[in-house]
Amino acid sequence: MLKIKNLHAQVEGKEILKGVNLSVKPGELHVIMGPNGAGKSTLANVLAGRDKFEVTQGKMEFSGNSLVDMLPENRAGEGMFLSFQYPVAIPGVNNMYFLKAAVNAVRKYRGDDELDAVTFLKMIREKLKVVELDDSFIHRPVNEGFSGGEKKRNEILQMISLEPKLAILDETDSGLDIDALRIVAEGINNYRNNDRAFILITHYQRMLNYMKPDFIHVLMNGKIVKSGPKELAHELEEKGYSWI
Amino acid sequence: MKTDEQKIIDDAVSQDYKYGFVTDVEQEKLPPGLDENTVRFISEKKGEPEWLLDYRLKAFSHWKTLTEPTWALVDYPEIDFQSISYYAAPKPKKKLDSLDEVDPEILDTYNKLGIPLDEQKMLANVAVDAVFDSVSIATTFREDLAKAGVIFCSFSEAVKDYPELVKQYLGSVVPHTDNFYAALNAAVFSDGSFVYIPKNTRCPMELSTYFRINASNTGQFERTLIVAEEGSYVSYLEGCTAPMRDENQLHAAVVELITLDNAEIKYSTVQNWYPGDKNGKGGIYNFVTKRGACRGENSKISWTQVETGSAVTWKYPSCILQGENSIGEFYSVAVTNNYQQADTGTKMIHIGKNTKSTIISKGISAGHGQQTYRGEVKIMKNAENSRNFSQCDSILIGDKCGAHTFPYIDVRNSTAQMEHEATTSNIGEDQLFYCNSRGLSTENAVSMIVNGFCKEVFKELPMEFAVEAQKLMEVTLEGSVG
Repeated sequence: MLKIKNLHAQVEGKEILKGVNLSVKPGELHVIMGPNGAGKSTLANVLAGRDKFEVTQGKMEFSGNSLVDMLPENRAGEGMFLSFQYPVAIPGVNNMYFLKAAVNAVRKYRGDDELDAVTFLKMIREKLKVVELDDSFIHRPVNEGFSGGEKKRNEILQMISLEPKLAILDETDSGLDIDALRIVAEGINNYRNNDRAFILITHYQRMLNYMKPDFIHVLMNGKIVKSGPKELAHELEEKGYSWI
Repeated sequence: MKTDEQKIIDDAVSQDYKYGFVTDVEQEKLPPGLDENTVRFISEKKGEPEWLLDYRLKAFSHWKTLTEPTWALVDYPEIDFQSISYYAAPKPKKKLDSLDEVDPEILDTYNKLGIPLDEQKMLANVAVDAVFDSVSIATTFREDLAKAGVIFCSFSEAVKDYPELVKQYLGSVVPHTDNFYAALNAAVFSDGSFVYIPKNTRCPMELSTYFRINASNTGQFERTLIVAEEGSYVSYLEGCTAPMRDENQLHAAVVELITLDNAEIKYSTVQNWYPGDKNGKGGIYNFVTKRGACRGENSKISWTQVETGSAVTWKYPSCILQGENSIGEFYSVAVTNNYQQADTGTKMIHIGKNTKSTIISKGISAGHGQQTYRGEVKIMKNAENSRNFSQCDSILIGDKCGAHTFPYIDVRNSTAQMEHEATTSNIGEDQLFYCNSRGLSTENAVSMIVNGFCKEVFKELPMEFAVEAQKLMEVTLEGSVG
């Protein structure tokens, strides 16, 4: 589903990714760990198509299409989703309006009919239950005045509404209390299936207590330096990164 | 003959500004030039009484002593006032008694603008006065309004039919000595709307004036006067468009509002004069004086403006809060794209006790647009316990545009409470990317972010106009993000 080969990327002239290789198949859950400044968020942003990160070398393919020159909105249409580490506020824009525009943009790209207001509202009420938020939440402006936990739950709400094939979760667990962490983890677990893959970027293994990852990768200095099964996360938690 | 290049540019621009067509009607037009005879000609043309001609002549001789103001942060070549025609009117086939006798070409123009003047086809509950160049063409729903005692007619008719009212209030809020353009308007104004709401009457429908400049090389100088008697209420809307022409055209209007005890006027503007092409050629110079006087206790005047058009805008809708407990409000969204310039804002003059004012200004600059918020809040000596809240936010799209804020505050009473907030930000790359990553195109994202930014102002507009304003913003900002 996702094939990354020898990927190099820079931001403002500084090379951050220095030859990343990664292959993700449908249904898999990959975890990327690593010290601060290793390039984890850069990798997430490069995959989603952020303009200020420039790919200088290498290949990225998603469902057989090259990602390098694809617009971010088309990547979303193709089924990629990025949950942001710091979701930005959009003052004055109603959360429901935003979600509906996003869902319909993606549906249109995929050749599906756009949802009318009634159908959409019904759908979104179901999804709100998953992230344990009430109706009033979708009438607030996007991310404005949201607590840390609410922002992350809103990201999960967007994810389950947009129905991506590949979801990249950039430190979705950081800054969450135990309850929010459980809600987010359950949201992801319930949403896993054989066609859908996840890349989880995290500093801690605590979220992994709630889920079953297939692979743990260690990203250091712009490269994946070690990959292994779930147990690798425990080892990292105990020993840190210096032993690698 | 136009060159191909020019044609391509014209075509490109016409997609953006869809009101740029010209109506081919036979017209009566004064040759360019301005002297005392011009003033006399206009007055005679309208069959005006002696006192009004005197008023015009007084204004004209005062205007001659004035020089064009230069303090606004706008830049345009000096205007040659002798090269403008001061009167243009479609030639009436005969005297008009009903809408059936209006030139079909003109009716068609308003249809194309989405303002059908046929009452059956109109937006329910909105009465329209249509001003075409220098004259009012038609005013709809007049009979319905008359039943409620509401007077809504063209200014010329008001002079004929209600001379006492006009005489009492004309120039009482914006005197002919007020400023350069107000003096010019007082001398050569041609038409406009007149509204009178009698005591304890809530106007049964929205009133609206639609201004259209059609003739080339002509100035439009309209005059609007709205009087709300004790305990009355009216909501009034104005819309404006003009054809695309390579030369600049002058529009210098004066609007005066008066509210007596417990009366309220809500005045909304969607200004969409031709802004010039992408290279800054052509467009309307919109130099307007708008002011309201809250003369009565507990009276209220609320200005809402959405300014997307004009090459240069110079406009400060203001409130004089004389009556105790009176309220003034100013809600504004102004957009400058390509080479548009706007210097706009408000003045709130607190004279009476316990007067309150609110200023919400949202400026959006894109392309090479330059925009200035200029606002004055003045609390006079006897204005005990007055309050003002001002909020001025600007966003910039791209790196070639500019936003400037000049708040003037003058407080002469120590019990006053003043709050002022101002922000300027770029439309965030992070906001755009966030929207993109959710499947939204950059164009949709910009329009969503900008509409969110303007929401506080749009919600003050009557429903249909809020929708129109949102669409207008999308068109105005089209292609502003590369």
